[in-house]
Amino acid sequence: MKGTFQRKYLGIPYALYLLVLVILPLIVIVSYAFTDSNGRPGIGNFISFFTDPNTLGTLVYSLVLAFVTTLVCLLIAYPAAYFLAASRIRSKSAILMLMVMPMWINFTLRITALKELLTVVEGNLAFHPFMNSVIGMTYDFLPFMILPIYNQISRIDKSLLEAAADLGADPRQAFIRVLLPLSMPGVVSGISMVFLPAMTNYVVLDMLYNSTYIMGSLIGSYFSAYDWHGGSMISLILLVIICLFTLIAGNDENEGSVRGGSVL
Amino acid sequence: MKKNTWIAPTVVLVVLLLIYAPILILAFYSFTDASSIGESAHFSMQNYITLFTTEELAAMIRGTLILALSVAVLSTILGTLGAMGAFYSKPRALTAYRIVNQIPVVNADVVTGFSICILLVVVFGINKDTFFPLVAGQTVLCAPFVFLSVYPKLGQMDPSIYEAALDLGASPATAVRKVVIPQIMPGIVSGFVMAVTLSLDDYFVATYTKPAAFDTISTYVVNATRGSQTEIKTALWALSTVIFVIVLGICLGMNRKNSAKEKTRVRKDRRVSA
Repeated sequence: MKGTFQRKYLGIPYALYLLVLVILPLIVIVSYAFTDSNGRPGIGNFISFFTDPNTLGTLVYSLVLAFVTTLVCLLIAYPAAYFLAASRIRSKSAILMLMVMPMWINFTLRITALKELLTVVEGNLAFHPFMNSVIGMTYDFLPFMILPIYNQISRIDKSLLEAAADLGADPRQAFIRVLLPLSMPGVVSGISMVFLPAMTNYVVLDMLYNSTYIMGSLIGSYFSAYDWHGGSMISLILLVIICLFTLIAGNDENEGSVRGGSVL
Repeated sequence: MKKNTWIAPTVVLVVLLLIYAPILILAFYSFTDASSIGESAHFSMQNYITLFTTEELAAMIRGTLILALSVAVLSTILGTLGAMGAFYSKPRALTAYRIVNQIPVVNADVVTGFSICILLVVVFGINKDTFFPLVAGQTVLCAPFVFLSVYPKLGQMDPSIYEAALDLGASPATAVRKVVIPQIMPGIVSGFVMAVTLSLDDYFVATYTKPAAFDTISTYVVNATRGSQTEIKTALWALSTVIFVIVLGICLGMNRKNSAKEKTRVRKDRRVSA
């Protein structure tokens, strides 16, 4: 029966795996989000999310926190990536590796280190919850912003900048009119790597003794209370945000290699 | 232009300092008897002794490593098979593979962990103590990255080699094993490494699906921050330092290997052009 073997059959185990452990959980989330604890269908969870000032406030707070974190990451990562790529520094790959290496150190240990340092600087961490969240998230996610931007900038053909100079652009104009637009795909990819985790990674906040809530924290507290229906509604809302985000930013499969931390 | 040559190295240096200041300061204090950083302290190896002799810590580290390796092996097998299956499928099936594979990549880990917990634990009633939800859940997190790492290698492969193997009498299964797999090996290896690092870094899937008595480094560290056991807290500084040194060592090793490869490549290019 050797003749019946086709190479596409190799994918069957993975296809089944994706079906059961990726598609099915999504279906379960949707059905739990629209049922109450007695199993009766309804939009009660949906209505209570959008009428409760606490949950609605958490959504707004998460969006603001994610926006500020992304902006701060960008303001640090872009110059770092640009100057590393554009400079005559030798062994660029070694320095790039140093910049993204924290990705491979467990993030809870890195946040522990940050927490100890911040405690010395600030005394009591509880006084600046928002600032500390931004610092913690930025510290955690910075490598994910640096890597795609650096990769994009280093791919830009240097002769385009020389052409701009030949055509009379000063360095500032060449940067704004040529390099910045060409580096945009890297920036977009970096933003999509930072924004969503910044809305959901509530452990960073918890570890910095932060009592503020983001969307992820809501799932955490519903989980602790065994409220699967409420948690599913939050998950569903996050999924919708993620979908919108992916549609706007474009679905870039290179993201996989960035998040997975493959530099080379 | 010349007056600006100091800017680039300065920016790079400042960013590196921002990234490494907390880790290095913590590493310094891990070699002292201080219970919080900034205290005046004396040299001490106590944290390292605690780290390597406390059974609770040793069990947690062992558990994390065994879990990461099991998840990575499983993810590598599934992801590689999936990439091959997808690559040789019709365009419509391929699109379906790529879209579904991308879901765990872009999804928030909290949502992935929570949804798998509901499906396996609440709906199917599987006991968390079996480790099945934990391993299956982390595999959802890791296998798509193996897929993404292997898939491009299939495209770079010369398809006629496989045909040649068939012409020479190999069965399709043998040809896949002896011809295709060796050619995509670099993708499989880097996918495996990614899977290991993703599992080691995971907190959310682990916390929603793990057995209550089992801890990974992430869940253990988070619980330790809530507790007040100073001895454990400072032993984790030692753990952080050990992991930092290991990762640094691996990176330096990889960098040296790559720069050696780069040099040979440049030399070869020169020879060709000459």
